[in-house]
Amino acid sequence: MNTIIWTIVTLTVLGLVLALILYFVAQKFKVEEDPRIDQVEKVMPGANCGGCGFAGCRAFADAAVKASDLSTCFCPVGGNEVMNKVAAILGKEAAVKAPQVAVVRCNGSCANRERTNIYDGVASCRVKAALYSGDTGCSFGCLGCGDCVAACSFGAISMDAETGLPVVDESKCTGCGSCVKACPKNVIELRNKGPRGMRVYVSCINKDKGGVARKACKAACIGCGKCAKVCAHDAITVVDNVAYIDFAKCKLCKKCVAECPTGAIHAVGFPVLPPKPAAAKPAAEQKPATAKVPAAAANAPAAEQKPAAPQPAATEKVAAPKVEEPVNQAKKEVSDGQ
Amino acid sequence: MASKITFSIGGIHPNDSKLARERAIEVLPLPEVVYVSMAQHLGAPAKPVVAVGDSVKTGQVIAEPGGFISAFVHSPVTGTVKSIGPRKDLAGNNVTHIEIVRTGEDEWAEGIDLSEDLVTAIPDDREAMLARIKACGVVGLGGATFPTHVKLNPGPAAKPECLILNGAECEPFLTSDYRILLEQTDKIVVGAAIMQKILGCRCVIGIEENKPEAIEAVKATVARLGYQNMVVQTLKKRYPQGGEKQLIDAVMRRQVKSGALPISVGAVVQNVATSLAVYDAVQKNRPLITNTLTVTGNCLPVEAQHNYLFRIGMPLSYIAAYAGGVPEGAAKIVSGGPMMGKAIANMDACTVKGSSSLLYLSEESTRRAPATNCIRCGRCASACPMGLEPFLLARLYRAGDNDGLEANAVQDCIECGCCLYSCPANIPLLDNIRQAKGQVMGIIRARAAAAKAAAEAAKK
Repeated sequence: MNTIIWTIVTLTVLGLVLALILYFVAQKFKVEEDPRIDQVEKVMPGANCGGCGFAGCRAFADAAVKASDLSTCFCPVGGNEVMNKVAAILGKEAAVKAPQVAVVRCNGSCANRERTNIYDGVASCRVKAALYSGDTGCSFGCLGCGDCVAACSFGAISMDAETGLPVVDESKCTGCGSCVKACPKNVIELRNKGPRGMRVYVSCINKDKGGVARKACKAACIGCGKCAKVCAHDAITVVDNVAYIDFAKCKLCKKCVAECPTGAIHAVGFPVLPPKPAAAKPAAEQKPATAKVPAAAANAPAAEQKPAAPQPAATEKVAAPKVEEPVNQAKKEVSDGQ
Repeated sequence: MASKITFSIGGIHPNDSKLARERAIEVLPLPEVVYVSMAQHLGAPAKPVVAVGDSVKTGQVIAEPGGFISAFVHSPVTGTVKSIGPRKDLAGNNVTHIEIVRTGEDEWAEGIDLSEDLVTAIPDDREAMLARIKACGVVGLGGATFPTHVKLNPGPAAKPECLILNGAECEPFLTSDYRILLEQTDKIVVGAAIMQKILGCRCVIGIEENKPEAIEAVKATVARLGYQNMVVQTLKKRYPQGGEKQLIDAVMRRQVKSGALPISVGAVVQNVATSLAVYDAVQKNRPLITNTLTVTGNCLPVEAQHNYLFRIGMPLSYIAAYAGGVPEGAAKIVSGGPMMGKAIANMDACTVKGSSSLLYLSEESTRRAPATNCIRCGRCASACPMGLEPFLLARLYRAGDNDGLEANAVQDCIECGCCLYSCPANIPLLDNIRQAKGQVMGIIRARAAAAKAAAEAAKK
């Protein structure tokens, strides 16, 4: 019995002495750190995704505390909500930014883009891109090996088995930009989510001349410039045979969507409206029966087509809403271009 | 010197499959249209100096160097420039090409000596010879297409001790070097003597033992022409003997340090085809617009195999059609050898200075078996001619450990493919290592640039 008591007493005394030593050592070598760093880190999302440009949430907090103003620090994952909290802690002004979302700018689904060769190397876009232009005639579009899927920390991207293209789940995407960095072809872009999630963008980055692009992919942007002409807000520029819509200028009128002969311009997030009698001009000429591809596309002004489009257009997976008439236009365009 | 020598680390022994070795070189007829690439060499792309609508003569300069490491490009035909713009190369990527429509038979640019008689007297003016080589757009034809005038002028501090002429042709299937060694022996030897004089050193012509006729022919020619300090060396058959650092190891028993150039051990390596181009440039003022290419493959009968003298800018599809079309059993078409060549994604691409083959491989010889787990057999490490550990590098790449990759010298990889060839688990080692090498080289270059900028800032 004595032995047990002695053991307990000895260990307790030893423990207390060591604890005292540790306490004084910790006091002596204490690292002075701004307590606000901890406070800021607490309100961060904690994903450590690096989307802000810093190596994780603590590095961001450190930078935010040290920065004179918050213009260089923005957490895309937490968005304005988190930034307001950070600003409140630090007593600084937070820049308000529109929430962004990753957008896959490629229409090269298996149906639109013919495979010209078979790739049997490592299933990695980076390896594939370093070797050659890819297994289709388009040397700009998605390579389909899913580097973006692997890069996403939030599980917001998945490959669509049918189209072979990545699909962004808007509810999960935080706009951190990891996928943008992972894509060797720069197919993915961060765009403003837009009011109530509505946005219009050119889903193609093919810089080849119209004829070449068109031959490689049925739904390529051929750089015809019709969208730029029809745009009343000067939001569309055509550089290197590919159109680009400036989201700061775009007023979401969707005129360009109707005008595009290849269906390269996508409009997503628009509510499905009941068919109007006075629809946009091109829609007036077409009949629902002439739809070539089952139009998943959404609320392109081809309003009469709606019976064939039962799917809500909430995702990026928008197949080309192509109808006979615009295709002919495209052919004409191609022959003009050459 | 031992009778047969080889390099000391690693290497493999693939079946050499030199199926087209008995086929003499034939001259390809000219196509109606040629597309001349501006990226025919290592370094900056050339800049076009002709405009659309210009008429050009054969051998006329159509593009000038776009930087220090770059080269002149000459028109391969007589005709009119139809367009200048992007066109897809054999990997499918856009490269600026000059499209020339042929207007008739060759009308050569002025100053080009078309006579066939051999000129053995070597000029004395070193600078003039280098200028000729530069003006004629000569680049290394062993594969890397490094501008030859840069390599032959290593700077005043360098002390070249040995010029090694590379006639190893260790890649299976390829026979173009073998054919020119047999058919153009004299010119190659004179070309070697020219480069020897420029460098002021001895010369070793290395040829692998599977080409005994070439060895005999070159030996006889060297003896006949009586050049001093020039020997022919038989090399054991082993891949990648033709690698620059491997050849230096074999011939000089010296190892080039990691990150250093061959000249640091006093060596300059040039391919035999380059030697031929140097002869044409210096003695005849003929620009580099032709080269030899092998049409071969394991799904072609021997009588359908060819060695062709081609002009740059010929579409590959045109050559394939002239040779009898793409054979039925071809699953993959490769430009270059089966070990280091590139699969062709676009047969409308055109020949460049460094084109060496059109290789048709059958399904069974190209199909990749599914990769399984590494069994730690170490075959890749013993096959690596650079003494690296491919299994480790591939793992470090997958883990994203760039510091570890650099510490394990991934930047020394010569991408010869020995690791992939020897792996029993079919792990795509080289695919990953090549990617890792690119990454690490990028980091090293960025660091060097930053150090340079910092040094300059400190000076001010």
